[in-house]
Amino acid sequence: MLSSRSILAMAAASLIAVSTTAALAADQPVIGLVTKTETNPFFVKMKEGAQEEAKKLGAKLLSGAGKADGDNAGQITAMENMIAAGAKTILITPSDAKAIVPAIKKARDRGVMVIALDSPADPPDATDALFATNNYTAGVLIGEYAKAAMAGKPAKIVALDLLPGHPVGAQRHNGFMKGFGLPANDAKSNELSKAPEIVCMADSYGDQAKAQTAMENCLQRAPEVNLVYTINEPAAAGAYNALKRAGKEKGVLIVSVDGGCQGIKDTNAGIIAATSQQYPLKMAAMGVAAGVEFAKTGKKASGYVDTGVTLIAGKSVPGVESKDTKTGAELCWGKK
Amino acid sequence: MANSSATHRIPWHALGPWLALLGACIFFATQSDRFLTGENLSLILQQVMVVGVIAIGQTLIILTAGIDLSCGMVMALGGIVMSKFATELGLPVPVAILCGVAVTTLFGLVNGLLVTRIKLPPFIVTLGTLNIAFAITQLYSSSQTITDLPAGLTGLGTTFSIGSTAVAWGAVLMLVLYLLAWFVLRETAAGRHIYAVGNNAEATRLVGIPTQRVLLGVYVAAGVLYGIASLLSVARTGVGDPNAGQTENLDAITAVVLGGTSLFGGRGIVLGSLIGVLIVGVFRNGLTLMGVSSIYQVLVTGVLVILAVTADQLSRKGAR
Repeated sequence: MLSSRSILAMAAASLIAVSTTAALAADQPVIGLVTKTETNPFFVKMKEGAQEEAKKLGAKLLSGAGKADGDNAGQITAMENMIAAGAKTILITPSDAKAIVPAIKKARDRGVMVIALDSPADPPDATDALFATNNYTAGVLIGEYAKAAMAGKPAKIVALDLLPGHPVGAQRHNGFMKGFGLPANDAKSNELSKAPEIVCMADSYGDQAKAQTAMENCLQRAPEVNLVYTINEPAAAGAYNALKRAGKEKGVLIVSVDGGCQGIKDTNAGIIAATSQQYPLKMAAMGVAAGVEFAKTGKKASGYVDTGVTLIAGKSVPGVESKDTKTGAELCWGKK
Repeated sequence: MANSSATHRIPWHALGPWLALLGACIFFATQSDRFLTGENLSLILQQVMVVGVIAIGQTLIILTAGIDLSCGMVMALGGIVMSKFATELGLPVPVAILCGVAVTTLFGLVNGLLVTRIKLPPFIVTLGTLNIAFAITQLYSSSQTITDLPAGLTGLGTTFSIGSTAVAWGAVLMLVLYLLAWFVLRETAAGRHIYAVGNNAEATRLVGIPTQRVLLGVYVAAGVLYGIASLLSVARTGVGDPNAGQTENLDAITAVVLGGTSLFGGRGIVLGSLIGVLIVGVFRNGLTLMGVSSIYQVLVTGVLVILAVTADQLSRKGAR
């Protein structure tokens, strides 16, 4: 444990370190990164990627976040403070795709370039550009894998989704169904598709504990489940815990999305059958590079740039292209 | 009331919050030449206006030795009612605003009735209404953000210019409300009754002051203030946001405590709560200007809260 004095000393030291570097480089391009929270490993990794790229390109990175997922006002405050600090480019992962739009418009009216990372604003053209995973494709990949792995067995599916009305949750869910060959809404829909094969649907909020509770309840409703779709790997871990306690972990296939290091470990251990890996480091690095380019040449980034997604499987199945967990571990994010 | 300073003597620890704010401002001014600009200071006022107005209501309740956990969620519900009534029902903006304020006032009334008539502890009552307000907000909005609001609803987010500095109307409204609350608490009988109830409710009742009516009035007034905060929130973000208000209850309590108002009731100055919200706002803004993670703001806030409560406790012991 750190003593309070050493924490204060660290805080003081880092304050001094940051303020001196700030004073030294007044002409550096300033780039702001606004994430949903400062504590989720996905965003921590994204910030690291942005910081590394900023250092390489000689830019100054400011970072900020909402207090919790869904905190729109907190994201607006962070954006305003960054613009006050001289940022001409803001990279943002919108907590609420619609609610952030008026604030983005205000920033763009002042000549600031705004790029959405990870998930789009609603409408998507509210930002200059979007650097993100194609979440629908991510869903399609694990849907196809699950279809092949089930080898013709009739599917009884539990879907552990994100939260009501969230586009990322809908895109992954609908993509999964499309990949599995079930009737599914298209990639633009925010509605979760339903099919008779889905025996239970519940919101996990992407949280392990909530997902475990949801899975336990689904097992009460549908004990015959043999396939679980999860919105992310913490949700998959929660689902596995519930299955294990019910003694059903052997007969049930779990598929997921994210590709975090813990998720890849779980895939290697057979807890998760397959996961679609996305690349937050790359999103952030590309965003910073675009910001530096804008500062130098005045040229703005535009449109949607797919930052790629790869299917990582514990065991490959015939007819579906996948990479092994060793490759996944090399590119994963979070604690290795 | 020329001699009122004798009855409202400022205790020594009431200077603490002002010194903390001043110290923070001096520190950030030396770290960033952008900090002390009119534009930036106006921005901070604008950023704290929602929590600032909620904190007035929270101060009134804490002065009576109560607490309100429902304030943020009630504020969010008011905002959703205003924006839905104005867009989907097509009501004129002033009517929609009044409906929103009516809903938050109703919640204040319910809180007050449960506290005064059934004598439930305020902590439990408002914990209940927090959840009820949250659920109604989510159900009524279908968890969807409400966009394309008429200009009238977001008018308080627009600015006017003093010299080259743009000032938001909402920030001005917040300051006016603080002055009003300060005046009422300091100069009117109702204000004195609020302090008296917080100091000793039983003694207050025995000298013939209608304790229950004072308490009920405080909860209703807080409800009205949350309604105004709803309008400010809608104006600031430009949307009706069903996920607003999640942390505002703790933020407002933090501001009240930082401002030197005693959680045990009966002692405090409402202007202190304004200083409290400003301390938090200044740290968030200043650290961002310096390029430091806002997690340090959380760290500093935690330390300051402990210091503030400690000062309150020590001065109480000294007074005995």
